[in-house]
Amino acid sequence: MSTSPATAASRPTSIRTAAGDILAVTRRNVVHLWRTPQLLLLSIVQPIMFVVLFGYVFGGAIQVPGGDYLSYLVPAIFVQTVLFGGASTALGLATDLKGGMIDRMRTLPVARSAVLAGRTTADLLRSAMAFAVMIIVGTLIGFRFHGSAGATILGCLLILAFGYAFSWLFVVIALAVKDPEAAQTAGFVPLFVLVFASSAFVPVETMPQWLQGFATHQPFSVVVDAARALFNGLPAWEHVWPALVWIAGILVVSVAAGVGMYRRG
Amino acid sequence: MTGSMDVMIETRDISKRFGSTVALARVSLQVKGGRVLGVLGPNGAGKTTLVRVLTTLMAPDSGSAHVAGHDVVRDAASVRPLIGLAGQYAAVDENLTGRENLEFVGQLYHIPRRERRERAQEILQKFGLVDTADRLVRTYSGGMRRRLDLGASLVARPPILILDEPTTGLDPRSRVDLWRSVEALVADGTTVLLTTQYLEEVDRLADSIVVIDRGAVIAHGTADELKDRLGGDRLEMVVATAARFADAVEIASRLPDGSGPSVAPVLDAAQRRITVPTRHGTLALTAAIRSLDEAGIALENISLHRPSLDDVFLALTGSTAEDRAPADAPRRRRGLPARRSRS
Repeated sequence: MSTSPATAASRPTSIRTAAGDILAVTRRNVVHLWRTPQLLLLSIVQPIMFVVLFGYVFGGAIQVPGGDYLSYLVPAIFVQTVLFGGASTALGLATDLKGGMIDRMRTLPVARSAVLAGRTTADLLRSAMAFAVMIIVGTLIGFRFHGSAGATILGCLLILAFGYAFSWLFVVIALAVKDPEAAQTAGFVPLFVLVFASSAFVPVETMPQWLQGFATHQPFSVVVDAARALFNGLPAWEHVWPALVWIAGILVVSVAAGVGMYRRG
Repeated sequence: MTGSMDVMIETRDISKRFGSTVALARVSLQVKGGRVLGVLGPNGAGKTTLVRVLTTLMAPDSGSAHVAGHDVVRDAASVRPLIGLAGQYAAVDENLTGRENLEFVGQLYHIPRRERRERAQEILQKFGLVDTADRLVRTYSGGMRRRLDLGASLVARPPILILDEPTTGLDPRSRVDLWRSVEALVADGTTVLLTTQYLEEVDRLADSIVVIDRGAVIAHGTADELKDRLGGDRLEMVVATAARFADAVEIASRLPDGSGPSVAPVLDAAQRRITVPTRHGTLALTAAIRSLDEAGIALENISLHRPSLDDVFLALTGSTAEDRAPADAPRRRRGLPARRSRS
């Protein structure tokens, strides 16, 4: 074997090589998706369970404005699906960290952001697939989009962007704890609080006064309210802009923190 | 000298602490082009920290490290294309096939598609992985993973290879296979820094050796120089009957050593065991057998030991490597991998 360093590859110098790196890492993670279909299955089973639990078990006892619980519940389930999809980023990244894959990639001449961007992009694709399945499930049980085509598309994009932003937040968690089990445990409490202390399943007005402020303005509720308004053809702007602010805020802070932590090791 | 092209790896007084733990304490070392440096030390000695600094994964608190003349902190991007890293935790992707792993690494090195396919095939052949190339790595044995890991570090033909305990946890046969692979790379001119707990490994692979303990270099030199400090091999004999023990000791203390005054044998009368440090092991062994036979003294056992890592540590620090290993580290079976007996 020749050892001429001439074949030792070039350094990433351009945006194009960085994009190539992100694509390579994304592809590797998407291949994982096909090789571990149980993970994809799990990300669909969970929201279906929630639909059954709230739609059929608790739903009858819950009074919502407008009276139609399905129109109230299903947009929230959509948002929850991508939120849990984002949370799974922590598991995948922590597994790579523990197994040494991240160390290997960090010693390669790879764009610094590519490993994290490739991970979150692949997870976004998975969330989108789970989301698509949930739209079919929702339609089967009687949910209908009542907004304009534009509002519906905006709602879907908003939900995916929210999942992507949370994916980056979970990048930070994974880089902080560096262990798959710990990452899952660390993610569970905030997820639980976000999902249940929210407007997703019951109107915030039914909650105690001290909880209402948090439940109304926390990011999950805000995005659920925006999706609900957009999908049900209601005035949505007052919900959409706070949702955009939250998504942008989470994204900016998490990307900066995540890339910084990754660089420092 | 950092500027010299001949020195491929150089650290100067690098130190690193994690809280109150000192991982590296003013470590200085040098590896010339085409040579192999073995970094020998017990678990927790700082070997992995050293590797992480040299491979740009971690910045030292103080001191400087250069690889191929590039500063590993300020010019990490220039270092990365020149190094390959293979470690004790085989960093291969469980859910990809062996071939996909290699092609993925090639892609991250920005090697054109056709070239990286050829390169992957070449490496699979070299490491005897062709038959299993298209199986998922999660079905591989430990030895296969380690070979694939080493192969993955060679995709871009790096002139410098850094191996962090490459054979820890491998069975003897896989270990020898891996040694052969490293030897072949060195024959082609690759510069290697390898860390290990096994004296036998540095003995076989390394041109020079650095012994580290608690983050500090406590000895350096060639294998021969280190062994000289230890008094070379150990000849151990167990006399069959207690009645002839004294006679056997008398013979043992007159064995040829050839390097100045003979070192006194270590005696264990209860076990009827005599241990003689010797620099000319085979010479002493044949002489002992001949003299004892002539005197009509029967032996239960006679063997020649290479010094183990424990012996190195005993000689250098007065305590064994195992005493130094952190409590949570897996305990090495005493002497087993590092000691070779010839009887």
